[in-house]
Amino acid sequence: MTDTAAPAAKSGPRISGAFHRLLAFSGLIALVVAFSLASPNFMQTQNILAILQATSVNGVLAIAATLVIITGGIDLSLGTLMTFCAVLAGVILTYLGLPLPLGVIGAILAGAASGLISGTVVAKLKVPPFIATLGMMLILKGLSLVISGTRPIYFNDTPGFNQIALGSVVGQIIPAVPVPNGVLVLFAVALIASFVLSKTALGRYTFALGSNEEAVRLSGVNVDRWKIGVYALAGGIVGVAGVLIASRLNSAQPALGQGYELDAIAAVVIGGTSLSGGRGTVLGTLIGALIISVLANGLRILSVAQEWQTVVTGCIIILAVYADILRRRTL
Amino acid sequence: MAGHSGSASVAGAPALVEMTDIDKSFPGVRALAKAQFQLLPGEVHALMGENGAGKSTLMKILSGVYTRDAGTVLLDGQPVEITSPRQAQDLGVGIIHQELALMRDLTAAQNIFIGREPRRFGILDEGQLNRDTAAIFASMNLKLEPTVKVETLTIAKQQMVEIAKALSYRSRVLIMDEPTAALNDAEIAELFTIINRLKAEGVGVVYISHKMDEIKRISDRVTVMRDGEYVGTVPAADTPIETIISMMVGRTLTNEALVIPNTADAPVALEVKNLNRGREIRDVSFSVKKGEILGFAGLMGAGRTEVARAIFGADRRESGEIWVHGKRVGIASPKDAVEAGIGYLSEDRKHFGLATGLDVRNNIALASLDRFTGVGGVLDEAKMEKEAVGYIKQLAIKTPSDTQEARLLSGGNQQKVVIAKWLLRDCDILIFDEPTRGIDVGAKSEIYKLLNALAAEGKAIIVISSELPEVLRLSHRIAVMCEGRLTGMLPGGASQEEIMRLATQRQSSVAEVRHAS
Repeated sequence: MTDTAAPAAKSGPRISGAFHRLLAFSGLIALVVAFSLASPNFMQTQNILAILQATSVNGVLAIAATLVIITGGIDLSLGTLMTFCAVLAGVILTYLGLPLPLGVIGAILAGAASGLISGTVVAKLKVPPFIATLGMMLILKGLSLVISGTRPIYFNDTPGFNQIALGSVVGQIIPAVPVPNGVLVLFAVALIASFVLSKTALGRYTFALGSNEEAVRLSGVNVDRWKIGVYALAGGIVGVAGVLIASRLNSAQPALGQGYELDAIAAVVIGGTSLSGGRGTVLGTLIGALIISVLANGLRILSVAQEWQTVVTGCIIILAVYADILRRRTL
Repeated sequence: MAGHSGSASVAGAPALVEMTDIDKSFPGVRALAKAQFQLLPGEVHALMGENGAGKSTLMKILSGVYTRDAGTVLLDGQPVEITSPRQAQDLGVGIIHQELALMRDLTAAQNIFIGREPRRFGILDEGQLNRDTAAIFASMNLKLEPTVKVETLTIAKQQMVEIAKALSYRSRVLIMDEPTAALNDAEIAELFTIINRLKAEGVGVVYISHKMDEIKRISDRVTVMRDGEYVGTVPAADTPIETIISMMVGRTLTNEALVIPNTADAPVALEVKNLNRGREIRDVSFSVKKGEILGFAGLMGAGRTEVARAIFGADRRESGEIWVHGKRVGIASPKDAVEAGIGYLSEDRKHFGLATGLDVRNNIALASLDRFTGVGGVLDEAKMEKEAVGYIKQLAIKTPSDTQEARLLSGGNQQKVVIAKWLLRDCDILIFDEPTRGIDVGAKSEIYKLLNALAAEGKAIIVISSELPEVLRLSHRIAVMCEGRLTGMLPGGASQEEIMRLATQRQSSVAEVRHAS
């Protein structure tokens, strides 16, 4: 019966996951080398920093998406939730004139609360994640317009707000490499998420849920609570992305945001996380997000039209997943 | 059933299948080394061996799922290269996988003719489809509507649909992988009737199974494999079971007698009072003492698994009380049950027992992660490793390390991992649902020993099993169920006849269609 399962699957996801990261990573290196050869402007410090800066928002969102996807779920509300958090920060800081930390905390708490709601709908009401978060996506899109009065909110009255993403603590110490703070935030979120996934009970249950939810339930684990926890954590991380994007634009744009969730999911998939759950890494997602940014940046430097950049990104997504399938077939 | 001559060879006629010196390697593993197999027309040929012996790999080569590395395959004396399942079907080789591959939402007929539906002017011809299917069913003497949805059928009937599908390709070779794993005795008899009919028509049947009594009943010859190699072929009727087993394991297994400790004075660990749940569980009451193994016997669908799941809180119960160590406990979810010290080992490990993607260590710790969590929810991996390694030693779990993925372990060792999970969680009431399903002979007796040892340590154990010898061998007392009711409580060592009488003791008011084979 299972005679063959053992030999055929001898090199399981543990090894293959590393292999896939390697695959994505070598893809990233290949892109960087190719663009460097094609244009001398690509490898400039300024350009590299611009790529990192451009990755920060999508990277943070993609990390949130990674958590949910490892449980075997999906979160389509990431993009509009990010906007909602940004707008809420605007309301707190510009409309209400409260101090800056409250705006940041408010945005993150709002994200976590939204995740809590999505998670509860998924876990308790048993609504499939796709539908639950599709609903949340539209709800949040509408609410963003409602609380902002359908107008963009600017942060001109809050000096220092745009420093969250655009300022450079590193640059003050080492002026030669002014790494924007937004990039530091991305790395901090990545480190925290990595830590949670690999070292904590929440992380362990995240993988266990994606691997076999029923087995976890029958182990006497309160499955609902942990699942809601993962969605809430992801929501909180989206709140961080909301602060980042608002800071970078120095404004909250209530109409922006939809579509970001798909870029985030694309980064997750390119990074080797399985949409069926149970496996995935934050590092892979980071590499996935970088591939998307490098591609966009490099093609722009080569003066490829915007519309073609999108086409290429689409091809890369399909290729990345196909490479994964191919690799599994050859084993 | 019918009397068998040792070899059903037909003088002069070439063998239906002749596989010689088949090699097959997977990365890092040699699955087959010079494997042999011969199948004659009109023969039921059992293929036996422990898990990992290479039976399924060999049959997957014959049915085009894998391609061989070396060796020859002859069909009717002609060398063939079988490179795809489709090609195997065209050559008349059909396989019925252990896990049925039917589309549940389609009808029986739609399943049978999937991919080659009769059409008229490009439009599907459902009438023709159903007529063709009815003809196949008739040839099998199978009373089944072609238009019935597969999901409404029992596993046994689904199997019949699979067989019909294989026959619709005019298969002359039919491979069955553990066909009776989910069947009850009446259904097995039904299956054997059909196998015998196919046999009479000259179809060769390859029968993969772990169940010795079935092999004796249905097969003409037995080929045994071990570690990917051919061990030998013997006539089924004239070869004692012990000989076959020792061919399989390479040593002689002794059927050591069960040591029944005296549990008469032991305190009651678990008491269930008036448990009810619809038609599945009707007023079931019983108790298990510390150090006792209570067997649950009954036919498929008698409600034994339902009772276990209701006690464990996996399914809701309508009424009934559960008392643990003399205290009434409210169990509304598996979490409550586990906190009361009850562990449940499901019959379906892959779906309900193991997180197969996680490693052994994490599976063992899965129910007790809270114990390994320190400040800020950080897991103490070192402590987890120590516990896991401890249980790997204690239960003799065969795994390269505690970080091996659970799905790569054999069935018996997976079962031990689940046992370790509950032991680590300090569960002293353990419910085993079909603990040896899909586990090979050698590992079975190990599991039995383990269960005895656990009972001797004072655990209260419930064993649900459809294999009567297993229930009889393990249990201190035997509860028998039929149609959701507890029809009797027998002492250990009761006779099989007594159990079967209680297991078929239907309520006269329930007018069920009874299938005679």
